Amino acid sequence: MTPKTKAAGAGSGLVEMAWDPITRIVGSLGIHTKIDFKQKRVAECYSTSSVFRGYSVFMRGKDPRDAHFITSRICGICGDNHATCSVYTQNMAYGVKPPHLAEWIINLGESAEYMFDHNIFQENLVGVDYCEKMVRETNPGVLEKAERTPAPHADDHGYKTIADIMRSLNPIEGDFYREALQVSRYTREMFCLMEGRHVHPSTLYPGGVGTIASVQLFTDYMSRLMRYCEFMKRVVPLHDDLFDFFYEALPGYEEVGRRRVLLGCWGALNDPEYCDFTYANMADWGRKMFVTPGVIVDGKLVTNDLTKINLGIRILLGSSYYDDWEGKEQFVTHDPLGNPVDPRHPWNQHTIPAPQKRDFDDKYSWVMSPRWFDGKEHLALDTGGGPIARLWSTALSGLVNTDYVQATGHSVVITLPRTMTKPETRFEWKIPQWSNALERNRARTYFQAYAAAIALHCAEKGLAEVRAGRTQTWEKFEVPDESVGVGFTEAVRGVLSHHMVIRDGRIANYHPYPPTPWNASVRDSYGTPGPYEDAVQNTPIFEENSPENFKGIDIMRTVRSFDPCLPCGVHMYVGGGKTVKTLHVPTGLSGLGG
Amino acid sequence: MDAAPSAPVEDPPIHILWINAGLSCDGDSVSLTAAMQPSIEELVTGALPGLPKIAVHWPLIDFECGPVGGADTFIEWFFKGERGEIDPFVLVVEGSVPNERIKPEGYWCGFGDDPATGQPITTSEWIDRLAPKALAVVAIGTCATYGGIHAMEGNPTGAMGVPDYLGWDWKSKAGIPIVCVPGCPIQPDNFSETLTYLLYQAAGSAPMIPLDDKLRPTWLFGATVHEGCDRAGYYEQGQFAITYDSPKCLVKLGCWGPVVKCNVPKRGWMNGIGGCPNVGGICIACTMPGFPDKFMPFMDEPPGARVSSTASTAYGKVVRKLRALTAHTVDQEPKWRHTGDRLTTGYRPPW
Repeated sequence: MTPKTKAAGAGSGLVEMAWDPITRIVGSLGIHTKIDFKQKRVAECYSTSSVFRGYSVFMRGKDPRDAHFITSRICGICGDNHATCSVYTQNMAYGVKPPHLAEWIINLGESAEYMFDHNIFQENLVGVDYCEKMVRETNPGVLEKAERTPAPHADDHGYKTIADIMRSLNPIEGDFYREALQVSRYTREMFCLMEGRHVHPSTLYPGGVGTIASVQLFTDYMSRLMRYCEFMKRVVPLHDDLFDFFYEALPGYEEVGRRRVLLGCWGALNDPEYCDFTYANMADWGRKMFVTPGVIVDGKLVTNDLTKINLGIRILLGSSYYDDWEGKEQFVTHDPLGNPVDPRHPWNQHTIPAPQKRDFDDKYSWVMSPRWFDGKEHLALDTGGGPIARLWSTALSGLVNTDYVQATGHSVVITLPRTMTKPETRFEWKIPQWSNALERNRARTYFQAYAAAIALHCAEKGLAEVRAGRTQTWEKFEVPDESVGVGFTEAVRGVLSHHMVIRDGRIANYHPYPPTPWNASVRDSYGTPGPYEDAVQNTPIFEENSPENFKGIDIMRTVRSFDPCLPCGVHMYVGGGKTVKTLHVPTGLSGLGG
Repeated sequence: MDAAPSAPVEDPPIHILWINAGLSCDGDSVSLTAAMQPSIEELVTGALPGLPKIAVHWPLIDFECGPVGGADTFIEWFFKGERGEIDPFVLVVEGSVPNERIKPEGYWCGFGDDPATGQPITTSEWIDRLAPKALAVVAIGTCATYGGIHAMEGNPTGAMGVPDYLGWDWKSKAGIPIVCVPGCPIQPDNFSETLTYLLYQAAGSAPMIPLDDKLRPTWLFGATVHEGCDRAGYYEQGQFAITYDSPKCLVKLGCWGPVVKCNVPKRGWMNGIGGCPNVGGICIACTMPGFPDKFMPFMDEPPGARVSSTASTAYGKVVRKLRALTAHTVDQEPKWRHTGDRLTTGYRPPW
């Protein structure tokens, strides 16, 4: 009940608050905060996850061909991303290149996953933070303004005022809320057409897919895809109106959830014309992905080379319930190109669970602290929930160029063709001024349109293969006795890597790194907080409620903007606005100081 | 998602307390949002005639998310359940139950905090507190029912299913056994249908839910995958896929369908679309108590299949030959369908 106070606002009482479990996210995450109600700021934040399952432990010694089936079960909303990433990893380890058609089919499945997942999360989970009922309970003044504010794109989406948009998002009663649930279903049907079932695919294999490629398969997918395109022509302007309104109604709202631009994107959706799954060529085929990989620091692209990205990954401990593996056997000393591999790299990680009491001064989470080493610093990259990093990285690299998507170097232009009742429509996502909660959310909407546009390209390519009679979708392979593999993709919520080591034909080491370990990571051995902690600590409070009725909506909007994906529990004790011990703040509380 | 829009005072709603913090991935929660027969919004608004009013406390999409001890605290509903302030309630458990007794301190999984200690309340502790007060305990997904993937050989947590934890003979205070809906994840409609059944039972309009000896609803898990698989015809004819992209029967490539109780190929994954072996995905038996260990390596042929597929290969050759003859015959139209001046259908005018 009384975690020790490390710091406090100058002379003012800090109030401890915890949210546990946080609803409307996936999985198990906890956040403890100390709030300075006088300054209307969050002073401290600790992110904690309360579930440990131990995949890397129980996968040891198993047949490597089981890896995608097993790792899919890591996540109940993006498990297919794991299955896909694992299949990529196995393809590299076995030296197999699937037929082109198989890759188009996987891309179509994964695109549908983005379309489904971002849609349900945005409207049915995040959207509720911006719905009429919530805004009425947290910022009645803002709702009043929303009633008086006409929606600039009313003609596109049909809602006259911003308050009408908010009402449409009310749980169950809101018509847009209910429509989104339906959309989440037919997009999952699209997914099931390509990958069998959701969320754990049945038809994915190393070497390709078991999906029977026919004209019918593509027709069934395409009919639903065009409905989705029509839907997005309403949703992009709808969310632009809603999010722009918050900047206008609450001056300074850009500070909510803001942190330094430290974004990672591992690239997604391979182009089979170039991707051969070899490590040696990885930097080249990585740049041909339909979402370009990249590390972005303070708005600058540091690299889009997957080999460099790979070698820079470090897994730090510091506040997590594990024993260190220092001095233990190193599985991979050099990558297949001869570059040295660090002992703290996932290929060399040992997972040694050490359950213990939660102590915010010491160990407090089952999440580790993945960082990216740029040669000087261990950067606490985030994914911003995925879309903002993907669009940012793709825009800066300027490499993607299809009929429906063009990256310009500073923006991404998305063209959706004519649909049943709406003409061809272009959207341009421009690199935003901030990496904050609203821009993470906005990017999520734009990326839905992006995924639909790329799916159009992949569907045309796939159908061309079928029409040409090239219907093979699987290629034979052998499991070698000794090998290594790595897979990179973008899960819905961002960076996803799988690292596997095979010895004697069995799994000797397997470490998956999904986006949430990056975002929900905890203070590392250098004292650097993880992205949620950092972003929440910087968050000003705009909520109108007093501490007694405080909901913490701005904190929740910050956390949810990252689209958390762990069994989540966030802890915040209000206990009637109890004041805890006040100490003096050493140097400000922004996270990156170390 | 709290109670449906309020109506005149009648019976208290049936509360559904959903714990997703077993060793889980939330995949069963997510899967349920795909259900269409009935959908979650239909369940919550009582859109089927005779359904009792319900109040769902479900982490995945719950409106409430206030701070602990403050306004609109989600976890408070679970404390209310413990204190007997909400009655009746159904307890839904998602994820397997780790063994918290095998370590000196800490927790494998927790759900909310103990106000006295500030430490997480373990999921097994919640089951101890709430199960005796529940109208029914429902285990959703193969993890909660039988342990599942997280109870794999070599796991560090000692994970198990709810019946392992509470006892297979356990019965609720209303006399209802643990209801198990396995699947990894659950087939969406399988779960919404089971929940609907239980609500009808609670309303007094349905008899005791029929469960088999592994506590599965019999009408959903009575048949095997193979019995509902549209590739079974290939099996009978001895035609087996040797590559994963073949439309033929997948048993030689790892499909366990003939011995697995699951209705997915028959029912489709959602809206009749998708599935497993019916669409090219080997059945890895994810609904079964022996999952996953008794079925790995997944991509190897099940040992039992070797014998029966050899038999069907021999017999199937004959069947196919005979069928090819018949098929050739029925592929031709009868000879009276033609142009010309003469009618040859056999019609005789009655005059």
